[in-house]
Amino acid sequence: MDAERKPALRLSRLIWNHAFTGLTGLLLMLAVLPLFLVFGYVIYKGLPGLNLQFFTLPTTPTGIPGGMSNAIVGSLEIVGVASLISIPLGIGAGIFMSEIRAGWFKSFARFLTDVLSGVPSIVVGLLAYAIVVKPMGGFSGISGSVALAILMIPVIARATDQALQQVPVSIREGGWAVGARQAQVWLRIVLPTAIGGVVTGFLLAFSRVLGETAPLLFTAFGNQFWATNMMQPVAAVPLQIFEYALSPYSDWQQEAWTGSLVLVIIALIINLITRLWVAKKR
Amino acid sequence: MSLLRDKTAQVWIWASVLLLPLLIVLFLIMQGNQSADSIARFGWGFLLGTTWDPVHQIFGGLPFLFGTVVTSLFSLVAAGVIGLGAAVFLTFYSRGRVRSSLGVLIELLAAIPSVVYGLWGLYVMVPWLQGVGEPFLARNFGFLPFFRGASLGVGYLAGGLILSIMILPTITAMARDVLLAVPREIHEGALAIGATKFEVIRVISLPFARSGIIGALMLGFGRAVSETIAVTMVIGNRPQISSSMFAPGYTLASVIANEFTEATYQLYISALNEIGLVLLLLTALFYGVARLLVWRSTRGVGM
Repeated sequence: MDAERKPALRLSRLIWNHAFTGLTGLLLMLAVLPLFLVFGYVIYKGLPGLNLQFFTLPTTPTGIPGGMSNAIVGSLEIVGVASLISIPLGIGAGIFMSEIRAGWFKSFARFLTDVLSGVPSIVVGLLAYAIVVKPMGGFSGISGSVALAILMIPVIARATDQALQQVPVSIREGGWAVGARQAQVWLRIVLPTAIGGVVTGFLLAFSRVLGETAPLLFTAFGNQFWATNMMQPVAAVPLQIFEYALSPYSDWQQEAWTGSLVLVIIALIINLITRLWVAKKR
Repeated sequence: MSLLRDKTAQVWIWASVLLLPLLIVLFLIMQGNQSADSIARFGWGFLLGTTWDPVHQIFGGLPFLFGTVVTSLFSLVAAGVIGLGAAVFLTFYSRGRVRSSLGVLIELLAAIPSVVYGLWGLYVMVPWLQGVGEPFLARNFGFLPFFRGASLGVGYLAGGLILSIMILPTITAMARDVLLAVPREIHEGALAIGATKFEVIRVISLPFARSGIIGALMLGFGRAVSETIAVTMVIGNRPQISSSMFAPGYTLASVIANEFTEATYQLYISALNEIGLVLLLLTALFYGVARLLVWRSTRGVGM
């Protein structure tokens, strides 16, 4: 009886095996499908509006030819200032977590970095509203920068931490042996050795916040006019896309698609650069 | 001079790291402080109130909590099944260039800004749901309470679907990393005694990586809960509770996004801040636990 059952058992096991392989392959295709759907549509809808005018003209009322130059400049301004705030703080925290002996506080700091990176971006907007917009008495570009900086710090800190940990201890020991001070070892020896990983982390943070809309809704607020004063409301590309997407006008909707295409292209370029960088290092 | 610079660097590094707990505390204090009026007025009833009526100063958060939970759970199930399947394929049935390039394709999904998903969802997915997807579900599964009512396109289903797409790369990439961390020797041992690949994965790999996979799913869920703009654009923005996935709803994050700049009086602003507080506590809890789980399993300590 045993001899009779064995082949049947083996067959069912084989069938299960192949069915499972097929199923996971199918699920993988399902996972990749949205990428092509979203990319395809953004290119198809956005490309017709991609011309010089989009980059040189500011936003205009519907019916009048316009672009997003003010939003593009505004976005660069907001994200630029956010980078200036978050780079020193993020790298500092990263150096601490990798280089300083601090026992439980070190793991705790890492844990806090993770929790901080999980705070919803809309809640970050609420905090920036409470600590910057309210005291200043109005919406401003700088409050948007503060919100984005809070989003960037944990990303940069974690990337710095991980990059510095890759640096062999012997390199630090070399520094100590010739009598370098702690800070000299960190800044002149360890950080330059691991700079690729740190820059990668910064670029990923940059690319992430460049597309953020929610934390800017009630901080930078957006501006229909050409405005570069960071103490005043400033336009940003994602905010403009959000507003135009929900408008009933087809020329505004067209600009929303083109703006999306531009954001996606920038995000992809940054992503591929960082990947090539990481791949080259290995 | 050098000593001074050394001290400056020490101060800078300590200041940057102390900013992390400070920010967390600041989040809690400010959110608590800003929502004090609403907490004093409604107490715990805020979480159970089903009416959101700014005109009559009645604020209940349940419709938003419901919308967030429903859309996030939907995306957790959909992206969980697809992402785990994809991660298993990437780990066990592909290697080298194929594995890395497929992995990159999925991770690129994470690079697309939220507002672009919202735009795509609003102009491509929603019309499709309205014209094809929802009528199909109503025809074939209309006996279930989830698939009844008018096909509007916008609603819980649209919100859940867009979230599924958005959290898919998180779940896939993390589950793949966790599965890749399972020691090879264990697979090989099972293969050597005659198990099929499917059996190895089912009996050995998945149980071994269990806590890491749970962590990946929780991280994905956390992302879904905190996602704002894309959901705001497709969920329909109506504060109601409905058993039908076709009905328009609202989420915690999207009501803040839509109404915060329009809130005209103190209690209204305070109620929106309390929604933000709920959101903050919910995600902090999830991220905390998820990180601990992923940490433990990728380090191989404890199960």
